[in-house]
Amino acid sequence: MSQAGDIVVDNKIQMAIELKKITKTFGSVVANNNIDLSVKQGEILALLGENGSGKTTLMNMLSGIYRPDGGSILINGQVVTINSPEDANKLGIGMIHQHFKLVDILSATDNIILGAKEKGLFLLKSRADKIREIGTRFGLDIDPNKKVYAMSVSEKQTVEILKVLYRSADILILDEPTAVLTPQETKRLFDILRRMKKEGCAVIIITHKLNEVLEISDRVTILRKGESVATVNTAETDAQELTELMVGRPVELSIEHLENHYNENLIEVHHLTVSNEEGIDAVKDVSFDLNCGEILGVAGVAGSGQKELCEAMAGLLRVKKGAVLYHNENIVGKTPNEIIKMGISMSFIPEDRLGMGLAASMGMVDNMLLKTYQEGKGPFVSKKKARALAKRLVDQLEIATPSVDTPVRRLSGGNVQKVLLGREIESNPNVIITAYAVRGLDINSSYTIYDALNAQKQKGVGILFIGEDLDVMLELCDRIMVLCHGKVTGIVDAETATKEQIGLLMTDASGKRGKA
Amino acid sequence: MGNQKLKTTPQVPLIQIAKKTEISVAKMTVLSVLALVAALIAGGIFILALGHNPFAVYASIVNGAWRSSMAIKGMIKIAIPLLIASLGITLAFQLKFWNIGAEGQIIMGAIFASYFALFCSDLPHWLLLILMFVAGMVGGGLWGIIPAYFKCKFGTNETLFTLMLNYIALYMIKYFAEGPWRDPKSSGFPKIASFAKNARMDQIFGVHAGWLIGLFLVIVIFIYLKFTKQGYEISVVGESENTARYAGMNVKKIVMRTMFFSGAICGIAGMTQVSGAAFTLGEGVAGGVGFTAIIVAWLSRLNPIVIVIVTLLFSMLEKGCSVMQSAFGLSTAVSGILQGIILFFILGFDFFTRYKFVFRKKVKNSGNM
Repeated sequence: MSQAGDIVVDNKIQMAIELKKITKTFGSVVANNNIDLSVKQGEILALLGENGSGKTTLMNMLSGIYRPDGGSILINGQVVTINSPEDANKLGIGMIHQHFKLVDILSATDNIILGAKEKGLFLLKSRADKIREIGTRFGLDIDPNKKVYAMSVSEKQTVEILKVLYRSADILILDEPTAVLTPQETKRLFDILRRMKKEGCAVIIITHKLNEVLEISDRVTILRKGESVATVNTAETDAQELTELMVGRPVELSIEHLENHYNENLIEVHHLTVSNEEGIDAVKDVSFDLNCGEILGVAGVAGSGQKELCEAMAGLLRVKKGAVLYHNENIVGKTPNEIIKMGISMSFIPEDRLGMGLAASMGMVDNMLLKTYQEGKGPFVSKKKARALAKRLVDQLEIATPSVDTPVRRLSGGNVQKVLLGREIESNPNVIITAYAVRGLDINSSYTIYDALNAQKQKGVGILFIGEDLDVMLELCDRIMVLCHGKVTGIVDAETATKEQIGLLMTDASGKRGKA
Repeated sequence: MGNQKLKTTPQVPLIQIAKKTEISVAKMTVLSVLALVAALIAGGIFILALGHNPFAVYASIVNGAWRSSMAIKGMIKIAIPLLIASLGITLAFQLKFWNIGAEGQIIMGAIFASYFALFCSDLPHWLLLILMFVAGMVGGGLWGIIPAYFKCKFGTNETLFTLMLNYIALYMIKYFAEGPWRDPKSSGFPKIASFAKNARMDQIFGVHAGWLIGLFLVIVIFIYLKFTKQGYEISVVGESENTARYAGMNVKKIVMRTMFFSGAICGIAGMTQVSGAAFTLGEGVAGGVGFTAIIVAWLSRLNPIVIVIVTLLFSMLEKGCSVMQSAFGLSTAVSGILQGIILFFILGFDFFTRYKFVFRKKVKNSGNM
C-alpha cells in the first residue's frame, strides 16, 4: 500500500481492483454480462443488487471460486488469472462468506493460522502475537483462545475477518455481512470496516440493504440482471435513486399498516419447550398469543429458535412441554395432517427453500397438490383444480416459468418463493406461519407479498411473521416478539418500539434472563 | 507489496469441466446411441485381440437371440424375471430407498410359492396358481418390509440390510433342500422335488404366462406411480422427507407400504421362475437377476415403459452371448467382459449428459502491462 505511488501509471491513480468486461455463464444462464467495476485503495465500494443479479458470482470470480468466461481482472494494475482461492490469497484478496468456514472445536488462533502456509514446523508464539497486533491495529477485539463453538455470530465473523487480514490481504470482500447481525453488531462491524479503509485496504461489501449502503460506502456499483447499470458516489445519491437503479423502474417504498378490526384470540402458546433434532432445547418456555387479524412479528438473530417454534406449531417437531391452544383446543400431539385439516396453514420457508414445503423436481401443478392430493374419492389424484390454481398464480404473482409443469428447482429463488406463498394463501387458512417470507425476492415481489399478507390480515387471519429486516417488521407488524437463545426476551408494540430497543432484546443485553 | 505476488500467477488450465444446460430428449437419445457405438468399438478391439472378427461375433450375438422362435422364446424367458424385478426395484428407488435386496425378495417369493406347489398340489389348478401367486407376493413383501421397518424404527442402513437379507434367503433354500423339503426320491442327493403338473404355470404362445404378468405389471406400475395418490406420495417422499412431513404425510407408513410392494413384485418374479421355468426350487432360482435388475431400473431412469426396452436389450445380450460363446469356442468370461464393457460405456456417458469439456482459448494480450 505504501508503494501505491510506485505503480501509478499514466499519472492516474492506480486501482486496487479493476474488472473489465467480465462475463460468466452457467449453462444457458448469463450470470454476469460485460461487467466493469473498480475499487481504489482506501475505498469502500458497495455492490448493490437484487437477489440473482450476479453480485456473488462476480465476487466469487475475484476470490478464485469461479473463472470468468470472458473479460479481464486487474489487481494493482496487472492482469491476473485467479484459478483458486489460493491464488486469490497470494494476490491479497480475502473473501468473507455469508456462511462462516470455521472449525468449531478450535480456538480463534488455531482457526486463523489454519491453512496459512508458513515456514517452520512448529506453531510459534509469534503468530499469536501477530494476531493480537492485527487485532489492535484494526480494532478487532477478540479473545485469541476462545473456542469457536462458544462464540456469538458476531465474534465468529470477527475471526473470519482476522483470518483474512492475517494472510495480509489488502482487498476484502464481504458477502452480506450484516444479514446475521443485530443493529449494534452491525455498527461495530462498520467501525472495523472504516478502520480498514483508513489503513488503505480496498473493501467491497455486497448487500441489498439500502440504509447500510448509504451509511458505509464511498461509491456504489449497481448490478441488475447480471449487468452493471451504474456506479454512483454515495454522497450524491439517495435510497430512492438507488432503488430505481436496482429495480429498473420507479418503486413505491411503503408498507401499508392496517388497523386490526378483530380482537378475538386465535392461538395461545403456553410455556412451550421444544428440543431440536440434536436433542438440545431450542425453544425454552415460550408463551405468547396471536389474535385474529394480527401480524405478530418474530425477531431474533438467526438460529434463536424460530425454526423450531414454527415446526412445533405445525406438528413437525415433538413438543417437550407446554401447550398450543387453537380456539382453546390443544393441538400439541396432533399430526401435521390433523393440524392442516384444522386450517392452520404453515408456510415455512427455510434457508434451503426446496427442502421443505416444495418438491423440487416436480412442476408447479404437482406442488399445488401437496396438501390437497387426498381430496376426492378413489385412488387417483385429480389434477384439474391444481392446474387451474397454478395458472392463476402465475398470472397473479407474475411467476416467471416456462410452463406450470417445469420442475420448480429450475425457477429462480424468488419465483420458488412465490409458488410456495401463493399456494399457502390460496388454501384459505386461519393462521399463517411464515418464516423469511421475502428472502430472495426482489423489491417489487416483496411488496406484493406484504400486500398479500395484509389482505389476509383484513380477512381476520392471524399471521406469525418470522422476519429478518427490522425496518420492514416495524412497519408491517402489530407486535413484535423477540427471541434470544430460544427464550422470549420481550414482546413490543411495533408502533412505539425502536430498532435499537429490539436489537438489545435480540442479544438479551438487558440481562433480564440468564444466557443459555 | 502486490508486485511480487503477481509473478506466481498461473495460467488457465488446458481442459476444464463445465456444467451443461439441461439437454433435450433428442440429444439424450443421440448420446445414448453414441455410447452404444463406442462400447461396440471398444468391445470390438477386445474381440480382435482374442483373434476373432468382431463383426462376425456381434452378428452371432444378434443372430443368436433372434434366429429362431426357439431362440426368441429363450430370450423372453430370460427377460421375464428381469422385467418384473426391475419394476419392483423401481418402486423402492422412486422412494430413494436403496433396495439392493431384490435377489433375496425373489428367493423368498419363490420359497413361499413353492410351499403350496409342494404340499397343496391337489388343489384345483387355478386356485393353486393364485395361491402361489399371493404367497410369492407375501414372501417377497415380507423381505421388503423388514428392512423398511428397521429403517423407520431404528434408522438402520437399508443398503446393507437388504444386501444381508439376500444371503439369509439363499441359505434358507439350502436348508429346505437338505432338511424338511428334501425330495425322498432323490436317493440322498439334497434337492427339492419337481413340481406336479398342477403347480406349473400355463404357457401362452409357447412361453410361460409370466410375460403376460410382466407386461400387465408394467401398466399397473406406470399408472400407480403417475396417477394415484399413493404414487404421488412416493414421489414426494423420494424428493424430500421434510416436504412430505410438512404436507402431513405419514412418511414411515409410506416407506413400509412401498417397500412391501417393491418386495412383493420381486416375489412375483420368484413365483414365475419356480412355477413357469424351473418347476422346482433350487439355489439358482434368482441367479443374479436381482442385481441385474438394479442396473436395468437405473438405466431406464425408473420409467416402467423404458424398462421393457432395456430389459429386452439385456436379455438379448445374455441369450446372444451364450450362443456366441459356443459358436466361437470362447469361455463364458468373454461374454461377461463384453457385457461389462457395454455397461461401462453407457453409464460413463451419463457424465456427458451433464458436463462438457472446455478447452483453453487463446487469449489475446489485453493487459496494459
